[in-house]
Amino acid sequence: MTLGLINANPVVHAKKERVARTEDPHGDDAVDPLEIYDILLLILILLDIRDPEHPYSLEQLSVLSEESITVDEKLGRILITFTPTIQHCSMATVIGLCLRVKLKECFPPHFKVDIKVAPGSHADEESVNKLLNDKERVAAALENPNLRQLVDECLYSNEL
Amino acid sequence: MAEPSQLSQYIESFVDSSHSPGQQAASLEAIASLLKNNQLTIETLVREMEGYLTTVDNVIRSRGILLLGEVLVHLASKPLDDATVHSLIAFFTDRLADWRALRGALVGCLALMRRKSSGGMVSGTDAKAVAESYLQNLQVQSLGQYDRKLCFELMECLLERYPNVVASLGETLICGICESVDGEKDPHCLMLTFHIIEVLSRLFPDPSGALADVADGLFEILGCYFPIHFTHPKGEDVNIKRDDLARALMLAFSSTPLFEPYAIPLLLDKLSSSLPSAKLDSLRYLSDCTVKYGVDRIEKHVEAIWSSLKEVIFTSPESDLSFTSESLEGLDIPKNGIAAEALSLLQKLIVQNTKLSLDLIVGDEDINTIFNMISSYKNYHEIPSEIKQRLHAVGRILSTTAKASQVSCNRVFECFFGRLMDILRLSARNSSGQPDSDESILISKICNHGALYLSIQLLSACRDLIASSETILAASSHTEETWKSLLQSFSPSLTMAFCSAFICSSEDTHDADMYFGVKGLLVLATFPGGYLLISKTVFEKILVTFVSIVIMDHGKILLWKLALKALMQIGSFIERYHDLEKEPSYMGIVIEKIVSLASAGDISIPFPLRLEALSDIGTSGRSYMLKVVQGLEDAIYANLNEVCVHGSTNSAEIVTHLLRCYSDKMIPWMRCAKGFEEVLLQFAINIWNQIESSMVFSASQTNERGVLDALIKTMKLAVASYSEEKQTIIVQRSYNILLSTISFPSEELFQQERFQTAEVDNSSGRDEWVLSLFAAVIIAVHPQTHIPNTRAIISLFMTTLLKGNVAAAQALGSMVNKLDLKSTGGQTSSDCTLEEAIDIILKSSLWIFQKNNSSNIQAKITSVHDTGLNNLCNGVGSCTSLQIHAIVGFAWIGKGLLMRGHEKVKDMTMIFLQCLQSSGRANVSNQEKGVSENNYELDLHHSVMKSAADAFQILMGDSEQCLNREFHAVIRPLYKQRFFSTIMPLLQSLVMKLEPLSRRFVFRASAHIIIDTPLVVVLSDSKKIIPMLLDGLSALSNDVADKDVIYGLLLVFTGILMDKNGQEAVSDSAHTIVNCLIDLIQYPHMMLVRETALQCLVAVSRLSHARIYPMRTQVLRAVVKALEDPKRAVRREAVRCRQAWASIA
Repeated sequence: MTLGLINANPVVHAKKERVARTEDPHGDDAVDPLEIYDILLLILILLDIRDPEHPYSLEQLSVLSEESITVDEKLGRILITFTPTIQHCSMATVIGLCLRVKLKECFPPHFKVDIKVAPGSHADEESVNKLLNDKERVAAALENPNLRQLVDECLYSNEL
Repeated sequence: MAEPSQLSQYIESFVDSSHSPGQQAASLEAIASLLKNNQLTIETLVREMEGYLTTVDNVIRSRGILLLGEVLVHLASKPLDDATVHSLIAFFTDRLADWRALRGALVGCLALMRRKSSGGMVSGTDAKAVAESYLQNLQVQSLGQYDRKLCFELMECLLERYPNVVASLGETLICGICESVDGEKDPHCLMLTFHIIEVLSRLFPDPSGALADVADGLFEILGCYFPIHFTHPKGEDVNIKRDDLARALMLAFSSTPLFEPYAIPLLLDKLSSSLPSAKLDSLRYLSDCTVKYGVDRIEKHVEAIWSSLKEVIFTSPESDLSFTSESLEGLDIPKNGIAAEALSLLQKLIVQNTKLSLDLIVGDEDINTIFNMISSYKNYHEIPSEIKQRLHAVGRILSTTAKASQVSCNRVFECFFGRLMDILRLSARNSSGQPDSDESILISKICNHGALYLSIQLLSACRDLIASSETILAASSHTEETWKSLLQSFSPSLTMAFCSAFICSSEDTHDADMYFGVKGLLVLATFPGGYLLISKTVFEKILVTFVSIVIMDHGKILLWKLALKALMQIGSFIERYHDLEKEPSYMGIVIEKIVSLASAGDISIPFPLRLEALSDIGTSGRSYMLKVVQGLEDAIYANLNEVCVHGSTNSAEIVTHLLRCYSDKMIPWMRCAKGFEEVLLQFAINIWNQIESSMVFSASQTNERGVLDALIKTMKLAVASYSEEKQTIIVQRSYNILLSTISFPSEELFQQERFQTAEVDNSSGRDEWVLSLFAAVIIAVHPQTHIPNTRAIISLFMTTLLKGNVAAAQALGSMVNKLDLKSTGGQTSSDCTLEEAIDIILKSSLWIFQKNNSSNIQAKITSVHDTGLNNLCNGVGSCTSLQIHAIVGFAWIGKGLLMRGHEKVKDMTMIFLQCLQSSGRANVSNQEKGVSENNYELDLHHSVMKSAADAFQILMGDSEQCLNREFHAVIRPLYKQRFFSTIMPLLQSLVMKLEPLSRRFVFRASAHIIIDTPLVVVLSDSKKIIPMLLDGLSALSNDVADKDVIYGLLLVFTGILMDKNGQEAVSDSAHTIVNCLIDLIQYPHMMLVRETALQCLVAVSRLSHARIYPMRTQVLRAVVKALEDPKRAVRREAVRCRQAWASIA
């Protein structure tokens, strides 16, 4: 967890005003970017708590935003593009891994999830993308007990 | 006299360290009680203990001395002679030098020092000796925590009880205390230490005395504790909190002005700390010190304090102002604790050093810069946020300053008000003069919101100052005040400016504009003291402005709300201050117009808004309420007449709204306010009069229903609020009208042949109104209120309820609930007791449900009506509805009986159970007949059975319409519990007997009972209930009509799962439960059911591992399906559930 040390003075974006969703008691709720965003924001806030050096939430740092998530419910595809705070962010893979695990848990298996680093936002963009979308490598990463523990902490520590 | 051997045994067992603490304490108690009962003298005890007290063995000696000390603690209230006290204290004083056996000596000294004067106190000389020995011998900081605490308690006791004696020790004492407290860290001891220093400083107030020389040293010891940094874990020292320590230290800080040269710089230094708690503490300490150190000492620091304060106020993070109507009063209370504390310090500073601090504030550059800056921004929302923050800070500073005193108020107005008026380009003028139209146009173009904000702050501060001073403003006492003349001359043009704030910028009106405008006018209108400060024209102009907004501008919802709220506040202000001058204007301008809203039909304002205005204004004061209610009632009468006579649909809608407003808003307020009973009574009587007089009744069925319902509700609420005498009046009045309208049914009407005719009998609409209203009156009366001709009324209601009039059924329920058990005597034959009433009811209509084979219930009445039900069953459709009406009616009557705990309710319940059974059999027999007929019959019977099942809901549920506390029902405690435990076994055995098809209704009935029983009762019986509950869940899950019941059952189930006893009961049948819940995850009819089922599954996952592990795969497979649920909330719950079950591996 050295995010704060690498990037001591991040650019801070204004917190977006959350529009309360109007609940429609009769219609069906389709899966939409906001829902995914809400789910993922939980992880991000957790990552954030683990890093007291940064007084801002990762939402404010605009690592992820509602616009960076696209969903196609008919085809069952979710595409997520996130932006690491700086070019050499060592956390990029961990963040990506957390996102993937969380989505796997929250959506039915027929959804195909693609996770990408925003173009130009990371020095090693291609390899990070490759790593995050390679089933075998994700599985291998999750077999690593240290990495698994880190991911689990990020995902579940709020529920303890 | 106790045996010496026994005494020595006690002593030995205390002194011997091998005995347990319990034994030691017991022997101590024993010795103490011997002494208390005079079976032993202290002298004997001491003689007996001689060996222990003087031995060279340290352990035994220390235990011995401790025993003597502890014994003295127990004898605190026993009188001792002076010689004993003297010799004892001399002994303990001497022992203070014995560091190996110190504890006992400390305990003994403390016990003796704390003695009350009544029972022999330590003399002054002895106390001095103790103090000297203390100072000479004790090295407090080298002792353990408990001994230190005892030492400090001893010193505290010496200082508080023998101040003059110890003060004579002078410097020795001070130095000794300094030495002993230096470096203390334990919170308990610190509390004592701080207090010791506080008391010590009070002992030496002389500025050139002994304390003055060592003040710096003493403060050095104290100062290092500030700010309190409290790191003790939560587990220990629970009784001391950080705040206690901070407070004790504050008192020590402010105890003597001698600390001033050291304390104030330290506090100012810490004020710039980044730690919020340090900031807050500094401000509090500064406030306290300012007050206690006095004018002269603080004077030299005023400038430094002011600049620090300014810094704090300017930089304190503050959320934006809110512009909602709720925040209209009290615009600017800082939510931030630091800012609030800073402002209170500022106020104290101004009160104390008025001249100096005012000079500083007036001459302050930052404040002046803000004044220069705001003139360059026209609109509030244009101002950048950081300047806005500074602007608010300035507003607060000025407002605090003005509030501090008359002098400061004057000064602030002198220096700033004129400048604000310049910025706003307002001119002073005669208070009576009207600004000409040219100027008002000019104003509307340039209204500077920053300046408006500051003016509001100043004005409201000034108003609060006058309001708080409480003295009635005499003209003479204030004429010389500058602010007054300024206010008087500027108020007309200010009013114009505020008005223009929300009028001018109609193109892009922002919330802030409207808010400032309304707030400004409100402040001007609520200046106390009649028309002394604000002229009548100005005041009336303000009222007219607000009223016109309320009447015309409903499009701008915020402005409308603000204006209405402002009017309310002006109204309650006038009421609060008994402002006799302003009241007529308010009545004339506001109340008249608002009241006219109730009736006037031509105004475009929507009806709900009108009613909101009416009720809001009405609730702001008693005198207003009277007028408003009058207006509302007139409107109700007029519209009601329209409805009754002409059948006007439009009026029906209006009168429904009016009645709802009257019953929801006005009646509750009037009940709380007391003294409105007469008004309410008159209202009810007028309604009755109107009904009576309108003989032609042409209200059509469709629109009258809503009106009638609203009218019934209003009538019930109004009647319920009367006292018994008033209720008797209204009952009598309504009964008379009833008599003149309706012919009472004769007893023979309840013969089966006549029933068909009763059913089709088309009574007029007016009859129904009269009957329903009469039922409403009966529902709401007290049990003691006399109801005339009870028998006839019961019969009347019986016929009415069979026509489907629920109000009549509820009235009957209320009657049987409230009737006297025994006849009180002296009443006419038309009155009856409860027993008689029940007999009438049961006899007259039981036969509807009787069958040949159910004669065992009411043997005496069945014989006549053997054929009744068969006829009805095979009869036309209307008979089914007749049966349903009868069941609903019975349910209400049963509820009345059940609530008072009457045993006849069993008979009622048996009827419902019979219905659940017998119709089922009818179905079977019908199935044997042809298919075509069968379908028709089946359907009919189901609806009857359903209503029989739902009767249990009526029986058990809490109704808002009748039979509750508001309507004076007789409620026996625990009636639900009793009913639950008697009826559930019956239902359970019934389930066993019945065919699956008709079981559904038994489940529905039992579900109603389970849902409405208090959860605690269900829990205590959970083992038996759970199987029934689960069967119910699966049996009812097929029909849409049962979805609410399913949801209710699931909620009960959640309750069971959350309880510890419930969990035990559940875990036995975990497998069945999980299967049932898994089915409900896919429940198609209601989202809440799916969601709750998933929540239940999460709760189940916390049961014992061995029980639930086998189901894990099954659950996980089912939950994955729920991830695709169309509803978001369900999906979210599914994720939680999945995680919970995945993690139990």
